[in-house]
Amino acid sequence: MEWWLWPIALFAITFAMGIVAVLAGVGGGVLFVPIVGAFFPFHLDFVRATGLLIAMTSALSAAPSLLGSGLASLRLAMPLALVGSVTSIAGALVGLALPTGAVQIALGCTILGIAALMWRAGRSAHPEVPRPDALGAALRLHGVYHDPALGRDVSWQVHRTPAAFVAFAGIGVLAGMFGLGAGWANVPAFNLLMGVPLKLSVGTSGMLLSVVDTSAAWVYIHRGAVFPMLVVPSLIGVTLGAKLGARLLRVSSASVVRRIVLAVLVIAGGRALLKGLGI
Amino acid sequence: MVPIEQKIYARWLDAGTRFGLALLVVGFAVYVFGVLDPHVPREELARLWTLPVDHYVAATGAPTGWDWLRHVGKGDYLNFLGIALFASMTIVCYARIVPTLLVEGDRLQGGLAIAQTLILIAAASGVFF
Repeated sequence: MEWWLWPIALFAITFAMGIVAVLAGVGGGVLFVPIVGAFFPFHLDFVRATGLLIAMTSALSAAPSLLGSGLASLRLAMPLALVGSVTSIAGALVGLALPTGAVQIALGCTILGIAALMWRAGRSAHPEVPRPDALGAALRLHGVYHDPALGRDVSWQVHRTPAAFVAFAGIGVLAGMFGLGAGWANVPAFNLLMGVPLKLSVGTSGMLLSVVDTSAAWVYIHRGAVFPMLVVPSLIGVTLGAKLGARLLRVSSASVVRRIVLAVLVIAGGRALLKGLGI
Repeated sequence: MVPIEQKIYARWLDAGTRFGLALLVVGFAVYVFGVLDPHVPREELARLWTLPVDHYVAATGAPTGWDWLRHVGKGDYLNFLGIALFASMTIVCYARIVPTLLVEGDRLQGGLAIAQTLILIAAASGVFF
């Protein structure tokens, strides 16, 4: 196959991923690594670096409007991003040091775990937080945001902050090691663990992701694992696909798309696992 | 309702990402249309991108660390300007809000912002490479 066909194929698949990612409410990064890693000829080192850069640039591009409108909280993201960025650097270093087969097996298991989490995890629009914990209160992790859909201000506070630090440390390791965007884990951690309202969880997840993925991205950049021929077509594909996905959001069935994404993740995760096992 | 440091962070990030995206698109057009010769011939890519990164670097003499700056006149490494700009925006934005947080007397968040800036600078410097 001619070299120039690959970036075109990459653009086409990432365009589709961008659409599906928005419709299913997941980040493009979590689809990119398992699918491209499983079905394209690129080495996993380059796929992970590209996945990380896609997740990083998408999150950076979305963050200004979310922060400006108050639908993301910088104050909430800052302490957790600090922990996540340290562990994502460690994850990237470990991921690049491990044999490819071991990373494939771990990636396969992680993707299957993500699919299970997406299948099982519930969401709560406005969780009850009867009393903030001491650490959350000391860090002043509370505030008010305006919800345009409700037409009113919503106040929020958090609990279980120490447990959240542990959760975001783990999420950072996975993000750095596998080049996955971590929205699939950030949102449940904010929403279900800390009791942050769902909308603020989604917005703040993107903000936090931009910091965590930036830290790990530098490790891959310095190692020489960045291929512009992979990164730029993928980035443009995901960005344009996400714009179309946002338009289709009104007419699509979220539950059907979500099932398709789950099926794709199970197939891609299973394939990564089998590749790692040499089957 | 939106804290001042958050507004500043959003404004700086917005400007940086717009410029970074433009830089990426222009750089890639220069690369893919062969305006500047690449360090690694495009015809070789299909053979090389199947290799682990260490083997790829050994096979092509691809720069590591910040050495790509010396190759920025090559079509492929020109793209690193946009990528590095994106990867630097968080550092710039965090550094920008530190004085705002400290002036407001928010020492804890100011300290967190300083720590985050230092970690990102360490990562960008290549100390973990």
